[in-house]
Amino acid sequence: MENERKLEEFQQKIDANIKIEPKDWMPEKYRQTLIRQISQHAHSEIIGMQPEGNWLTRAPSLRAKKILMAKIQDEAGHGLYLYCAAETLGVKREQFLQWLHEGKAKYSSVFNYPTLTWADMGAVGWLVDGAAIVNQVSLQGTSYGPYSRAMVKICMEESFHQRQGFEIMVQLAKGTKEQKQMAQDALNRWWWPSIMMFGPHDSESAHSNQSLKWKIKRESNDELRQRYINKTIEQGHHLGLTFPDPNLKFNEETKNYDYSPIDWDEFWNVVKGNGPGNKLRINHHIKAHEDGKWVREAAKAYSEKINLSKKTA
Amino acid sequence: MSRDDQGILWEVFIQVKAGRAYKHVGSLHAYDKEMAMKSARDLYTRRNEGNGIWIVKAEDIVSSEASDGEAFFDPSNDKVYRHPTFYKIPDGVKHI
Repeated sequence: MENERKLEEFQQKIDANIKIEPKDWMPEKYRQTLIRQISQHAHSEIIGMQPEGNWLTRAPSLRAKKILMAKIQDEAGHGLYLYCAAETLGVKREQFLQWLHEGKAKYSSVFNYPTLTWADMGAVGWLVDGAAIVNQVSLQGTSYGPYSRAMVKICMEESFHQRQGFEIMVQLAKGTKEQKQMAQDALNRWWWPSIMMFGPHDSESAHSNQSLKWKIKRESNDELRQRYINKTIEQGHHLGLTFPDPNLKFNEETKNYDYSPIDWDEFWNVVKGNGPGNKLRINHHIKAHEDGKWVREAAKAYSEKINLSKKTA
Repeated sequence: MSRDDQGILWEVFIQVKAGRAYKHVGSLHAYDKEMAMKSARDLYTRRNEGNGIWIVKAEDIVSSEASDGEAFFDPSNDKVYRHPTFYKIPDGVKHI
């Protein structure tokens, strides 16, 4: 009875668009969904640094290198904002990392694809960050206060990411024949993975309905995906490149672009860990974490020493 | 506690520009004050977000409880005379 009344009050708050804060009562399932979703989001930002880090030493100019470094630094920051938001739900940072390393926590599958040429830095910024922005703009309105505030901050920083990616695509698309081909190849490889970033269709999505009711998500996977496709197709026209989907055309009736069926076998295969880079990404993360262990130990020992000398002084 | 931890949790407050109030922007992990300050600069002021930073250990913050919020703030409700609109001023009196 007590719980039913609380649940009703909770839903009333949600319906009135009052944000939920860490110390407020919340249903256990709401907490668990947020822990899963926010940490998955945080892991994605952190793992997402790897495909870009791959090109840091080979960026074609000092300008490009500085931009790429700033972008990767932002991704690290976004991961940290999100880990902090997730931690307000009562799970420690160490635990999140452990779940990631054990394969219990997921991150966005798109980062399991390799970045083969410099044009991929363009395509990742334009398409992958473009898709992430559509999702994150919507999540600014999420019902959990710390998550919403992290999203607002991330969105402010994210638009430079997409623009720098598009700029690389423009440079290549307007360049030599080989450069244009490189840009087209990157678009061919990244288009479908970027569309899959929005997750399964609404009819197949396990968590969607409850998440929409609790306003953890504000719009469905398919709504967000369609918005991303509509705006990206129009941007693509400026590049003079072709999207790798023969059925992509504007539907006068729905005012949306129609697209081919998505290859969900490919999607689930990568989610389940069989993508081209799953093992590489996790192993690299584990190694970086282990290699940094002595730094954490030294920092902790140093802080203990300072505290001790203060007490005895 | 295991040796391989992530440091302690700190809350970060930023002053956007001189004269403004410090506002909470988020939190971070660090092992000591100095490291917390450097991390706060790198994490929260990459784009001139402010010219002042305060950092407080999260465990040192005392906060009101959400559950007793209503009762806790109740005493202010019956003191309407604290608001300027409570007072009647004759017509024509200006700048008050």
